[in-house]
Amino acid sequence: MDLQIRNVHKSFSGFPALVDVNLEIRSGELVALLGPSGSGKTTLLRVLAGLEFPDYGQILFGGENLAGKPVRERKVGFVFQHYALFKHMTVLENVAFGLTVRARRERPSRDDIRRRAGELLDLVQLGGLASRFPHQLSGGQKQRVALARALAIDPSVLLLDEPFGALDAKVRKDLRRWLRELHLKTGYTTVFVTHDQEEALELADRVVIMNRGRVEQVGTTDEVYDHPATPFVFDFLGTPNVFAARIDGRKVTLDGDSQPIETHSIHPSGPVDVYVRPADLQIVVSERLGIPATIVDVQRAGAVIRIVARIDTSGEPIEIELPHASAEADRYAPRQRIRVRPRSFSVFPRGGAPRRSALEDVPGHASADVRSRA
Amino acid sequence: MTERIDHSLLDPPKLPFEPLIERNAVITEQPWVRWLLTGSALLFLAGFLFLPLIAVFTEALRQGVGTYFESLRDPDALAAIRLTLLTAAIAVPLNLVFGVAAAWAIAKFEFRGKALLTTLIDLPFAVSPVVSGLIYVLIFGAQGWAGPWLAEHDLQVIFAVPGIVLATVFVTFPFVARELIPLMQAQGTEHEEAALSLGATGFQAFWHVTLPNIKWALLYGVLLCNARAMGEFGAVSVVSGHIRGETNTMPLHVEILYNEYNFAAAFAVASLLAGLALVTLALKAFLEHRHAGALSASHRH
Repeated sequence: MDLQIRNVHKSFSGFPALVDVNLEIRSGELVALLGPSGSGKTTLLRVLAGLEFPDYGQILFGGENLAGKPVRERKVGFVFQHYALFKHMTVLENVAFGLTVRARRERPSRDDIRRRAGELLDLVQLGGLASRFPHQLSGGQKQRVALARALAIDPSVLLLDEPFGALDAKVRKDLRRWLRELHLKTGYTTVFVTHDQEEALELADRVVIMNRGRVEQVGTTDEVYDHPATPFVFDFLGTPNVFAARIDGRKVTLDGDSQPIETHSIHPSGPVDVYVRPADLQIVVSERLGIPATIVDVQRAGAVIRIVARIDTSGEPIEIELPHASAEADRYAPRQRIRVRPRSFSVFPRGGAPRRSALEDVPGHASADVRSRA
Repeated sequence: MTERIDHSLLDPPKLPFEPLIERNAVITEQPWVRWLLTGSALLFLAGFLFLPLIAVFTEALRQGVGTYFESLRDPDALAAIRLTLLTAAIAVPLNLVFGVAAAWAIAKFEFRGKALLTTLIDLPFAVSPVVSGLIYVLIFGAQGWAGPWLAEHDLQVIFAVPGIVLATVFVTFPFVARELIPLMQAQGTEHEEAALSLGATGFQAFWHVTLPNIKWALLYGVLLCNARAMGEFGAVSVVSGHIRGETNTMPLHVEILYNEYNFAAAFAVASLLAGLALVTLALKAFLEHRHAGALSASHRH
């Protein structure tokens, strides 16, 4: 079922949680709501579910406005961050709950309910655990029971609140792949909330990036990653190095660089900020090209080598990532002089830097000293 | 789902270094100081708790088992026992319903005046039971606000069973609610939301999800409420009128017998009350032992 969210506003005792949110979700799509904590993504999910009601605006399920309807009448499959399994019921009873509470006229027979719940447990690969209690399950298993329970009511849309938030990294990766397969198999329109950009980019057909109650950008993984619409999006999806620069027509000159670089983006001439991902920052072997900097630290981080350096003129820290396997990787050491140039980058008007305060508690972001500029 | 937070130090945080002090270094006092403090605490316990309890039973049985049962078979004593049981049988279920409703409203919903309601629930604990009784005399008594109307319709509240029940309900109101509110607040609303999203009605969500989550705390609250309902003296004394065989509850009957120097009978009835308290405590201890996790962390009573 397709969803449309039109001009939705929601505030909690004066604090705006959602500001004029517009969004269309196509039938069968897998969409991620991505943003830092306090960005309104969970509120949006709860508004979709009918667990919260918008102050105004429309929520259309297949063209029908349900904004005033409570959760019970929306037939949404909602999976809670902490699973919310009924701990006094067995796994099977949990999954069957949505069917057993139906009014007698619509309720399937006892045997049908058992069979249906059993099938769903097979679908989530927990067929053998039907008589266990939630406390006897691992986190990943609980998550799958919660999912089976939500699927039991044949929901019009599946909503997941931080589905992997409480799981460890390994389980999280497996479940992610599994959820993707399940989505392909079942075809439910699915919306999930996450603060993990990697999770969103890997899992979703489209990503909705939210900040301070607003939608910053909606797009496919490629679109948001390669063409971030705002400095916030760029910042949230990576750990940018921000360089002061001047733009003149199609030519950008970084402060401290001798030669301009061609760009496709169109901006009025004048000062701009150039955002570069650590992996897109090149160390150039040249006497004239690039910005001179001095290496402060070289760290091995999994498959990459992370080089922290300081720009000689301004003293600003920058971060460069090299693939660990590359031949040049062990060529660098602290106090070494280098010259850096971006391979690819985004240009934003000067001063459009994101508000850092919202990002501080987001995992996966580099420490503030690397990111911050005066 | 809200996990219970264990505040015990069974698993203390690991220090980055081995502490140089020995294991029981918390206790640094001399042995004689320790003995003195522990001893005086035990002595206090014995003197103020165990001794009176033993005294009740010895006094009750002083003139033999025959007299003991004789005084319990006395028609007035039987009437007092019946009235006490009747009062509890009405007050406890009422407060069970009121308490669950109040706790449900406070813990699961946001509304204006919530803080005021929470405070009001504590009111019966805050005011003296005698004042609680007087309130009802002022309202329902012959000279009270509703007095003339009640007289007209030939209804008697004060110096009758309804008054006793009303006073008991008032005094024991907080027990169930107080027991449930912290637990229900800690449990949050996620389970109920899950039930509703799966199509359950509000009542189904309460019956299948909320109630199983609170049942042990509820039982605990009911036990405390019952103990107090049977033992309440002050408020009931004011509204009862002490009519033998009619409006005397067990605690009131004990007082009357005692004032008449009928010690054996007084202590016999008192021993029943004390026995009830012991049974309640035993049940309570059993529940605490068995379902520690499901009971709220803040037991004030």
